[in-house]
Amino acid sequence: MTGRRVIRQIIFCVLLSCGLSFAQSGGELRFCLRSEPKTFDPLLVDDDSSLSIRYLTGGVLIRANRHTQELEPELAESWKLSKDGKTITFKLRRGVVFSDGTPFSAEDVAFTMQRLMDPALHSSTGDAFRSGSGMVTTKTIAPDEISIIFPAPLAGLERLFDQVAIMSAHSAKKEAAVLGPFMVAEYKAGSSVQLRRNPNYWRKDSQGRPLPYLDSIRLDIQPNRDVEMLRFKRGELDLINAIDSDYFERLAASSPGIAHDAGPSLDSDFMWFNQVANAPLPEYKRAWFRSTNFRLAISEAINRDDLSRVVFNGHAQPAAGPVSPTNKLWFNSKLRAEPYRPDLALKRLESDGFYQRDGALFDRGGNLVEFSIVTNASSKPRERMSVMVQEDLGKLGIKVNVVTLDFPSLIERISQKFNYEAAMLGFRNVDLDPNGQMNIWLSSAEDHAWNPLQKAPETAWEAEMDRLMRAQASAADPKKRKEAFDRVQEIVAEQAPMIYLVNPNALSAISSAVEGANPGILSPQTFWNAERLTLKSAARASR
Amino acid sequence: MNAVRKLSCAVILVVCALSLGAGWLAPSGYAKQFRETPNAPPSRQHLLGTDEVGRDRFARVLYGTRISLVLAPAAAVVSTALAVLVGGLPGYLGGAWLRLARGFTDLFLSLPWLFLLITVRALLPLNVSPVVSVLITFLILGILGWAASARVLSTSAASLRSSDFVLQARASGVHGPRLFLVHVLPNLKPVLYAQFWISIPVFILSEANLGILGLGVAEPLPSWGGLLRELEGLISFREEPWKLAPLLLLIVVMTSFQMLLSGEEVTA
Repeated sequence: MTGRRVIRQIIFCVLLSCGLSFAQSGGELRFCLRSEPKTFDPLLVDDDSSLSIRYLTGGVLIRANRHTQELEPELAESWKLSKDGKTITFKLRRGVVFSDGTPFSAEDVAFTMQRLMDPALHSSTGDAFRSGSGMVTTKTIAPDEISIIFPAPLAGLERLFDQVAIMSAHSAKKEAAVLGPFMVAEYKAGSSVQLRRNPNYWRKDSQGRPLPYLDSIRLDIQPNRDVEMLRFKRGELDLINAIDSDYFERLAASSPGIAHDAGPSLDSDFMWFNQVANAPLPEYKRAWFRSTNFRLAISEAINRDDLSRVVFNGHAQPAAGPVSPTNKLWFNSKLRAEPYRPDLALKRLESDGFYQRDGALFDRGGNLVEFSIVTNASSKPRERMSVMVQEDLGKLGIKVNVVTLDFPSLIERISQKFNYEAAMLGFRNVDLDPNGQMNIWLSSAEDHAWNPLQKAPETAWEAEMDRLMRAQASAADPKKRKEAFDRVQEIVAEQAPMIYLVNPNALSAISSAVEGANPGILSPQTFWNAERLTLKSAARASR
Repeated sequence: MNAVRKLSCAVILVVCALSLGAGWLAPSGYAKQFRETPNAPPSRQHLLGTDEVGRDRFARVLYGTRISLVLAPAAAVVSTALAVLVGGLPGYLGGAWLRLARGFTDLFLSLPWLFLLITVRALLPLNVSPVVSVLITFLILGILGWAASARVLSTSAASLRSSDFVLQARASGVHGPRLFLVHVLPNLKPVLYAQFWISIPVFILSEANLGILGLGVAEPLPSWGGLLRELEGLISFREEPWKLAPLLLLIVVMTSFQMLLSGEEVTA
């Protein structure tokens, strides 16, 4: 090998390595929002589309890692919670600037908190920070250090900061000045939102290269899932954040490797019986629905394995309770999904005076056991589950009528008129912390589905749940909180006010053109690490 | 009867015969769930495969056809009868009655019928059996579907009012209900038949629309509307062409009705 040839090869290798290291930068990632974003103000976000944009553009003090579920420092290098749980002090990252070049300091954090807690703003993100009576105040210790003082201890306080995108106190661009990896470049109402790389983003990769790698993200507004899937299959979109199991199966069959199943999500599907004291129900039916034995028997007579396998094509897990097993922090590991035990269910019913005659079930008063399950017409999985529950309970002689209603009519029946017998719905859980479920488990709460807005708890076990939920909300010690919420989950299993059916898996689709994706169960499932996503050179060249 | 009409008639008769023989042709029934084989392709046991929860699709198509084909004409009878009352009778009476009836009909025609159906459906009692629910669904369709027919009938009856034979009957002393029942109504028959035949496919499609919204016939009873819901999200027809069976059947039956109808209109 001649010296010239060696030099030529070295030059080639250097060029190639340079090419490789920079090849991954650039390009435009494309995916869909299912609805129009209602706001670009990060403190007013309340809908999924705005949430996605906030995630991609907003800089937060603490970020909950969507993969490990652990809290990680972001704009705050570190933080410290006082012993009384009322004060949190942040040490901020230095040298960070907003997308428009204005510097980031403790003043911006103070401004953001002040605006967030302004009652006139009506921010749902701000509502989560309200504890006790009194104002939330801030104390700027240094340009890079700030304390936020709450009137009462707030359980799970650090995790709440994952939702607070810091705004600039001085920028003339207001919410358009961001600290996240991308910034909004263009918005065409009804059509798309164009995000551009934030050139001032503070984070760098392990080799010191600036993030994000992508030049831009195009978010097309597309409510129709069929169209979204067609466009994905045609290569016009790079990812779908959440797909249903039917689509997943078809994708997995045609292009294995691009359909991703991240395992059971935090979501759950469940049913419950109407236990409202003044609901327009016959007395004997109210007695069934208020009987723990009746509810447990129904729970035991439902084949959850079949629901998971048939309705979700195996992409769901039988649910054990209100917390999905994938919520590593709060799931009570002693709980198991109720196995299918129709014989035990029948014995339980017989012990309560029910009896079978000519294949039908009657109560001790001779009333035929018949009830309706209402569910929303737009959800095919729930309709299918209702039909399967109908057949499972039919084996005990229980006659179930499945009624599908449009969503507004359904909500009116279950939350205002209480004119229903049983309902089947789902809970889309985005919050790991049990504080997010206070509105469900407190007997006085509006979303206490089976018997809401109670002036005083009507049963001893509901009183106990109230006490435990309040205790966990005010305890600063994570261990004590966990103990209290574990007991709440046990009470739900023992009393079955909500009969949990399945936890559907988090299913997504990611084009083979995208590199670095690691879909998880927490929202946003596919683009939680958007700043590290890259596109293959062919995909970049085509855009 | 021309060849096309004969063929249409034959198709409808064959479809009716098949649906009536559902119990014999598909002994597994429409509700039994073969949970080990959901979404199965066609086989000897399941000629059109199984649906999402493992029910025999062939049985569901046959029973669904029975329901849609029996109840749509029944709803058409209800709506045509109402059309006679609200359209035909005021048309014969004329004057203020006719103006009032036309105003009421126009008002009814301007209502967004799909939303009206959804609202009425949501107000119904929940605890009714699937059979009662299917009867209620078609009854609602019949009760709400009279307006277009009433408009046609009122115009036809109004033109008959001043016809020679009606004037002659009046001159010979026939008045009131007898004049309407004996002289006017028999002459409205061709229009009535045409409106009746038109209403049947309209009601079948309306039920299908409600079914696609998930608000049609209650589970586990099948209907064409409910069966068409399976096509939601079907991206490629090539992968599962057997799922198109209910749609093809609907198209064939609707086309046959239209062929029959065009002949009726010519006769009328």
